[in-house]
Parts: sequence; structure tokens; C-alpha cells
Amino acid sequence: MSLFSKQNKKVFTEPLNINNPIMVQVLGICSSLAVTSQLKPAIVMGLAVTIITAFSNVIISLIRNTIPNRIRIIVQLVVVAALVTIVSQILKAVAYDVSVQLSVYVGLIITNCILMGRLEAFAMTNKPWPSFLDGIGNGLGYAMILVIVGAFREFFGRGSLLGFQIIPKSVCDAGWNNGMMTMPAMALILLGCVIWIHRAYFVKDDK
Amino acid sequence: MSLRNYLDKIRPKFEEGGKLHAFKSVYDGFDSFLYVPSETSKSGASIHDAIDSKRIMSIVVIAVLPAMLFGMYNIGYQNAVYAGKLADATFWGMFFYGFLALLPNILVSYIVGLGIEFAWAQWKKEEIQEGYLVSGILIPLILPVTIPLWMLALAVAFSVIFAKEIFGGTGMNIFNPALVARAFLFFSYPSKMTGDISVWVSQKSICGLGFNVGQIPDGLTTATPLGQMAQGAAVPFNTDWVTGLIPGSVGETSIIAIAIGAVILLWCGIASWKTMLSVFVGGGVLGAIFNATGSLSLPWYDYLTLGGFAFGAVFMATDPVTSARTETGKWIYGFLIGAMAVIVRVLNAGYPEGMMLAILLGNMFAPLIDYCVVERNISKRANRLKNK
Repeated sequence: MSLFSKQNKKVFTEPLNINNPIMVQVLGICSSLAVTSQLKPAIVMGLAVTIITAFSNVIISLIRNTIPNRIRIIVQLVVVAALVTIVSQILKAVAYDVSVQLSVYVGLIITNCILMGRLEAFAMTNKPWPSFLDGIGNGLGYAMILVIVGAFREFFGRGSLLGFQIIPKSVCDAGWNNGMMTMPAMALILLGCVIWIHRAYFVKDDK
Repeated sequence: MSLRNYLDKIRPKFEEGGKLHAFKSVYDGFDSFLYVPSETSKSGASIHDAIDSKRIMSIVVIAVLPAMLFGMYNIGYQNAVYAGKLADATFWGMFFYGFLALLPNILVSYIVGLGIEFAWAQWKKEEIQEGYLVSGILIPLILPVTIPLWMLALAVAFSVIFAKEIFGGTGMNIFNPALVARAFLFFSYPSKMTGDISVWVSQKSICGLGFNVGQIPDGLTTATPLGQMAQGAAVPFNTDWVTGLIPGSVGETSIIAIAIGAVILLWCGIASWKTMLSVFVGGGVLGAIFNATGSLSLPWYDYLTLGGFAFGAVFMATDPVTSARTETGKWIYGFLIGAMAVIVRVLNAGYPEGMMLAILLGNMFAPLIDYCVVERNISKRANRLKNK
């Protein structure tokens, strides 16, 4: 099977659209509500989850035939926890501010349903390369939604993007800054809108 | 009836293929608002009664009118008080000032809300529903009169779309749309929703009526009694709390005007007396408990006259769509709202007023309460059968 066969491409592109972990499977909602109040933590979180999903998928896929079936969840957790710890330490060393903003949510990637879901549903039964593509695809699908929601929330909640003030300060004080946008409740509503639009335009079969 | 004939004459223009088909929902809306709905159910069992949801809405709007009219007068009165020119002000001058100050809010609320409803009905090819008639008048009444119009429009749009239409329109909503609009503003723009009298009192003269409020005298700057209490000040009881001559959201200040509305609602059988009473009981019981333990300086009955408690109990909690529907459930639902409102007020210093949050919480629990009541009834009857 070639590296970019039709099947492998499908494995990579499906999670970006019609099998998106957030929009269609509705997994990983907790962290996507919590870290999206600004764009920067949303991007970092998305990248962290992408890397961890990809590499844990590869590792589990490599050892999938040696894992005893009854303790597979524990083995998966150990692999994920090790990767999360590495990413968390790197974040603290390289981007301390962002890691403070993300607080416990980096550690909580361990319990992210997307990871466990991909390991169980894909990596346990597939070869390393497709598993890697699947991990990257799902991680980017997750990151994509985080970036959309994070951009909306930062722009309408603070008038800025990535920390740069886009809307002038005077306009912000006059009422541009919408306090609701900085709260997780509005993230849920925005997420609902994203799902609404996605279903209206891309999901045709379940009418 | 020439109007009837005229409506019939222009009907073909709005049908499929007609010139004005894009406005069919507007036409339907006005037709059924002015007369009875033109289409009735053709199959299945239907209960025929003179009172339909439109008549219910109209009666609620009539019941709200005393509170609205008093609110208009109170806007002018507060303006005169804080300008220090109460002696110069006339009754009609104050009333018309309040009328002019409130009118834009009511117009914006109706135009934006009904506009979205009409557009939505047209888009989804549904019948127009008049559910917004009540929300449209309630929203300006539960907000400060000084709320910027664009914020009001945004909140109305938010509540109509996210509290009502996405659940399926009138009669399907979980939360009271008027309160969702208020909650949206409360959390989005807290500085325009709570605070000193620059929020609560209209301060500019309009069309030569009213006064421009200049420097506010010291000691008058904190506006509402609840606001003062949240800061720990002892506020003695005042008869103005009952007549309503205090600053506050437009329609909620006067207990007397709200009581007139309550009588209309109960007399027409629109609102449930069980819900209404149990809200006051819940608030009173919790107030008495807090008073006995010393965390509340006022006697319990004072708490029921302040803020939006009475208005919420009469017009919001009794909303037949979002409240509990079983008879036992109404007691539990009302008590929960009254108790929660006082708990929020007393225990959370950040929120001087808890009625809005309490009713939204009650709305959320209403289906659960109903479910439990129904299940209990089923198991009770099953036991009765078994023990025979």
C-alpha cells in the first residue's frame, strides 16, 4: 500500500470534515470550551493535542499485537500520560505564559475522549502509518474548531486577535467588548453554531 | 367589514407565485392577529375553545400595562428627583417624559424581535407565531431605561434565535426568552445593567420634557435599595418600595401595579395561582430563615417587595410554556424559584438581584420536576393495583 493511497488520504481528510471529532462525534467538548477564550492558547492546545494524538497512535499501533486485551486501556493511558507529561514540560520551558493560561487543561489531555477514542477505534487495529495520519487528521480537526471558536471569542470579547488590539480601545470601551464572549457559556453556543452551519452545508444524508 | 374584505382581496398576492410571496408570513401574522387564524386543524382530535395562544398573549400584555404605565411615570419621577426639581415637575410632564424615554426601547424590541420571527417563518415556510408579543413588552420592562438601543437589539436577536427559534419556536422553548435577553445583557455588559443611578435613571431631557441631571448630590449616588444592601448598608423599610417610586428596572418597581396585573392574570385563569403563591412562599421562608440566623438584616417580607421579585413571580415564573405543568410540580417549581432568588441575593454579594437567575434555573428544572411527579403518580397507582 503506497504512502498516500486513496484510503490513507481518506483517513486523513475525514476527521477534518464529515467525521470531525468535535462537530460530528461531539468529543473533547470540555477542553474546547475552557481554553478558547483567546486565540493563542487555543492554537497551542490544538497543536499539543495533534502531536499527542499522532504519536500515541503510532506507539500503540506499533505494540498493538503485544498488548494483552484485558489491560489495553491501562497501557494506552500510560503511553498517553507519558506523552502529555513531555508536552507539558516542553510548554513550561518554551512558552511559560501560555502554559499558565492553559493551566490544568494540558494535563487533562490524558482524559481527552478524542485520544482514547482514536486509540481504541483506530490504532488498535491499524498499521503505524495510517494510525499516524489518523492522529494528525483528528488533532487538526480538533484544532480547527478551537481556532474558529477562539478567534470569534477573542475578537468579539476583547477586540483583539493573538493579543494584538484590532478594534480601537475607545470603541472597545464603548461596548464592543462583550463580557458573555469571554465566558464558557458563549463558547458552547458558538460551538453549537459551528455544528449547525457544518450540518447545514456538509451533512446531507440524515435529513 | 371592509378590512376583512381588503385582506381577502390582497390575499392572492401573497400566495405561492404571487408578487409579494416574500411577505407571506407578515400577511399571515397580521391577518391572524386582527381576526381568528384562517387555518384550523383538519384531522385528529382537537379541543375547540375561544381562548387560543394569541388571546392568552393579549391578556398577558393587558396585565402588564399597569406596570408599564407606572414605569413610564416613575422614569419621569426619578429624573425629576435626581435633577432636584421635583417641585417644578407636573404629573403629565413626568409621564410623557417617561413615555418618550421608554418608547424607543419598546419599538426596538418589537421591530427586531418580530422581524426575526417573520423572517424565520418565511425561511422555514412555517406559520407565523405570535409568541413574541409578550416577550416584546416584557424585555424593555425588565431592563434599565438607559440601556443603549443597539445593545437591546442585540439581546433581543440573541434571545429570539437562541432561546426560542432553535428549540422550535413558540411553545417549545425551555427558557423564558425575555429573561434570556436580560441574562445576555447582564453578563455581556454588566456596567450597563447594574451600578449607580447613571444606569437606573434617565438623565437627559427629551423634546423639552424632563430635566438634564447635572451634579448628583452626595448620598444619592447608590441607586437601588438592593444595591445598597449588597454593600452591607442597613436600609430602613420605605413605603416607596410598595408604591414603586424607587429607581430600578422600568416595570418592576411598583408592587401595586404588579398586583393589578396579577389580579387580571388570575381572574382570567391565565396564570397559575399555585406557582405565583409558592414563589412568594419560597422567598418568604428562606428570608425568614436567613433573618433568624442573622445573615439578613431585614424582615422577610421586605425582601419580597424589592427588586424584580414580584414582577418575576407574577409575569415570568408563571409563563405556561417554561414552568412546570403538573399541579404538584407547580408548587415545587415556584418554591425553588423563590428560595433560589433569596439565596442568590443574600449569599452572593456579586449579584444583588437573584430573581432572573432563579427563574432561569427553575425553567431548567421544570421538565425534571414534571417527570418526577408523573413517575411518582404512576408508581403510586401501580402499587394501589398490586395491593388490592
